[in-house]
Amino acid sequence: MLVRFKLNGEEVEAEAQDDERALDFLRRLGMKSVKEGCGEGECGACTIIVNGRNVVSCLMLAPELDGTETWTTEGLSKNGELDPVQKAFVDLGAIQCGFCTPGMVMSAKALLDKNPNPTEEEIKKGMEGNLCRCTGYFKIVDAVKKAAKEKN
Amino acid sequence: MEVKAPKKEVNKEGFNVVDKSVDKVDGYALVSGKPVFTDDFYPQDALTVKILRSPHAHAIIKHIDTSKAESLEGVACVLTYKDVPRVVYTRAGQGFPEPSPYDTFVLDKKVRYVGDAVAIVAAENEKIAEEALKLIKVDYEVLDSVLDFEHAEDEDAPIIHDEPEISGAYDPKHNIASHYEMEIGNVDEELSKCDVTYEGTFYTPNQSHAMMEPHAAFSYLDPNGRLTIVTSTQVPFHVRRIIKRIFGVESRVIKPRIGGGFGGKQAVHVEAYVTAVTLKTGRPARCVYTRKETMTASNTRHQMRFKVRVGADKNGKLKVIDLWGLSNTGAYGEHALTTFMVAGSKTLPLYNKVNAVRFGGDVVYTNTEPAGAFRGYGAPQGMFALDSALDELAHKLGMDPVEFKLKNSIREGETSPVFKYMGEGREGVEQIVESCKIEECALEGAKLFNWHEKRKRKRIEGTKAHGYGVAFAMQGSSIAAIDMGGATIKMNDDGTFNLMVGATDLGTGSDTILAQIAAEALHTTMDKIIVYSSDTDVTPFDTGAYASSTTYVSGNATKKAAEKMAKEILKAAAEIMKENVEDLYLKDGKVFSKNGDSLTYSEIQTRLFYTFNQRQLEVTESFVSQVSPPPYMVSFAEVEIDLETGKVEVIDFLNYVDCGTTINPILAKGQVEGATAQGIGMALYEEHIWDKNGRMVTDDFFTYKIPARDDIKNVRVYFAKSYEPTGPFGAKSVSEIGLDTPGPAIANAIYDAVGIRVHKLPIKSEELYFELVKKGIAAL
Repeated sequence: MLVRFKLNGEEVEAEAQDDERALDFLRRLGMKSVKEGCGEGECGACTIIVNGRNVVSCLMLAPELDGTETWTTEGLSKNGELDPVQKAFVDLGAIQCGFCTPGMVMSAKALLDKNPNPTEEEIKKGMEGNLCRCTGYFKIVDAVKKAAKEKN
Repeated sequence: MEVKAPKKEVNKEGFNVVDKSVDKVDGYALVSGKPVFTDDFYPQDALTVKILRSPHAHAIIKHIDTSKAESLEGVACVLTYKDVPRVVYTRAGQGFPEPSPYDTFVLDKKVRYVGDAVAIVAAENEKIAEEALKLIKVDYEVLDSVLDFEHAEDEDAPIIHDEPEISGAYDPKHNIASHYEMEIGNVDEELSKCDVTYEGTFYTPNQSHAMMEPHAAFSYLDPNGRLTIVTSTQVPFHVRRIIKRIFGVESRVIKPRIGGGFGGKQAVHVEAYVTAVTLKTGRPARCVYTRKETMTASNTRHQMRFKVRVGADKNGKLKVIDLWGLSNTGAYGEHALTTFMVAGSKTLPLYNKVNAVRFGGDVVYTNTEPAGAFRGYGAPQGMFALDSALDELAHKLGMDPVEFKLKNSIREGETSPVFKYMGEGREGVEQIVESCKIEECALEGAKLFNWHEKRKRKRIEGTKAHGYGVAFAMQGSSIAAIDMGGATIKMNDDGTFNLMVGATDLGTGSDTILAQIAAEALHTTMDKIIVYSSDTDVTPFDTGAYASSTTYVSGNATKKAAEKMAKEILKAAAEIMKENVEDLYLKDGKVFSKNGDSLTYSEIQTRLFYTFNQRQLEVTESFVSQVSPPPYMVSFAEVEIDLETGKVEVIDFLNYVDCGTTINPILAKGQVEGATAQGIGMALYEEHIWDKNGRMVTDDFFTYKIPARDDIKNVRVYFAKSYEPTGPFGAKSVSEIGLDTPGPAIANAIYDAVGIRVHKLPIKSEELYFELVKKGIAAL
């Protein structure tokens, strides 16, 4: 079917197969930040923001994106300028291999958009669906805290 | 060939770029989600490659019919053992000749574990490839299998490797892939003289790497018909060599960004499959493992059992260590001998004052997923047994375990005979420890953790118990006299330098720290160093990212190359400025003369390009070390045990690390934090389980638990002031050692809390609960 939706602030129209996963559809549209780590909704590497909510795109079908406002990591930086969330990840060393990073960034962004002043517990809860095998998560939580501070 | 270690450094202070937490050079690309990983940029016309896998743990393919699959529209080829070269090799990405046995074929008539490859399918897209897999008909003759490594050597155990081509295995007829033993002094005699002894048996699990990016590669023929493989690998040069061995073709291997490896990508996995398809069809081919394949058909940590015997005199002097082990290498012997030896060679030298030490045992084949290299590489397995035993001994002696372990551990200026006895797969090298701050690690760590204060507290209150444990560890920095790294530096007329290294940054940040080393030695800034890693056509050789070698070996190679480049710059400047080289010096990207004249690097290379004694400044240097300086670490754990459920929470974990100079403190800290998290996973959650037919039931993130954010409480990391004279700007390794301590530190803390000695990792709450019941302290 023809999927019409707003992707990273721009109107997009593209054909999708009925059984195509949103993950594959978005990657086909060039959104390579959307990573497949498990394909079962467990690791969070394919996290995107749909209508303000962070969702795993491997458990969503492409036609479900029709009429939505969808964001991937590609849409966060403007003219090469990083979003405060992205900047905090770089500044605080919250990235090691970087494969989970776009998903982490999207979960952090969704959290801060809803709750600009999260407590540490709220950050942990907000980031719980995203696995990282490199960092032990400490610097990721620090980065979200820093981004919250800078955004305010 | 003898290559001497570099001269000792005296200047420890005043670094400009080194020992600073500069941003990762790939940070911007990664955080922006740029297409930098293997599967982000495969050719559009690439065939999708899928593998048919064995449903049986041990079977012979009697008949295989691929005709239906081949006739499916969109299928490019279906390959079986009849279609690929019958060349025996090892998937292990190690130096040549490999210490691992040659016991593997790309495809074989025999399958040796559930998940073993049976056929390769290549199709126009994933759907067709998956459909084709279902159309392949295979008749198997199912053989008896052995899943439990403690029964692999039984009289009636089936022989897993009966192929005539096998070589390098110790006794395949009895399923023994490798065997090793050594004894210094006489352990039995020493044990009989000890005032206090302890004997126990300890088990560690077959942990999965669970890197976030699954195994992935694609291959194509370049316009001249030459094979090119782009792969998420830690060992591009070994991949090139092994592909040539199997298929007899030269290739170019390119490593883009790697989405984590931890040793899991120190082997040839998908590369052989895509190569087989590209060579057969002439078309680009792409293969990405599913999470299930990554879990079930790549590698795990070697599951090990150690029987440990230790003894001391009544004054707390450790007299003897005996470690006798059994290791499970699964269906193939990847890293079998070497991981086993590291369980001794990277643990025993820590306690160098003993009169006698013995280490040995067998590495056995079973019909389970092959084990392989995994961060720590045997040391976490050996150290769990050894450190637990020393903890027992300290309690028997009535000594504080910190005091007991510290009293008996190695010091700066000392050596251990084990260094010489045990290398990796062969004899080791003698070495004097030139940097060892284990006293600072233990004493300052204890203070920061509040160790002495905490140990005075009540252990059981209500339904909770609290306990405090300590563990000591060492590792190495590279495999001495084997690991070699090269670095090439080219100067450009805009004042930048290309730093080309074969070293593979698998997320550790090695591109960044190598750039820091180059910038420091070249007296320039980070933004002037452009790092490229790794491409076998372009970058110099490097054994790869393993054995804690990159900072030390590739770092030393980079430093040597940068220093040589600095000399070349001075020489060129002297000619241009008509000065003596001795009267010139480098600072801030410029050459200065005594009288204040200066030339920028950009001006020098521009002159050399176009107008003056024309030439390109470029240097290549290699480094191989005759020693492997160990980093050291002491970790303190506080656990809370729920007496109603047996659940263990690590509420505080403090690491004090001596890794020499931290080239980039924030990245070094990240290495320790990440290793601690993986170690906590190994200690509390991670283990694979098979059903009775050998099918792994823990094959995804639902069934195989790795720590999530909420599972990791407080982890603290401190670095000792330390400087390794043979390291680049004083650095040693830091990436592996953090995995050695969580197992024993947590187990020791549990003993401290409830008096139950944990003999098996992971520590499952239900098992601990039943122990608590037996002891009468469970809250019912």
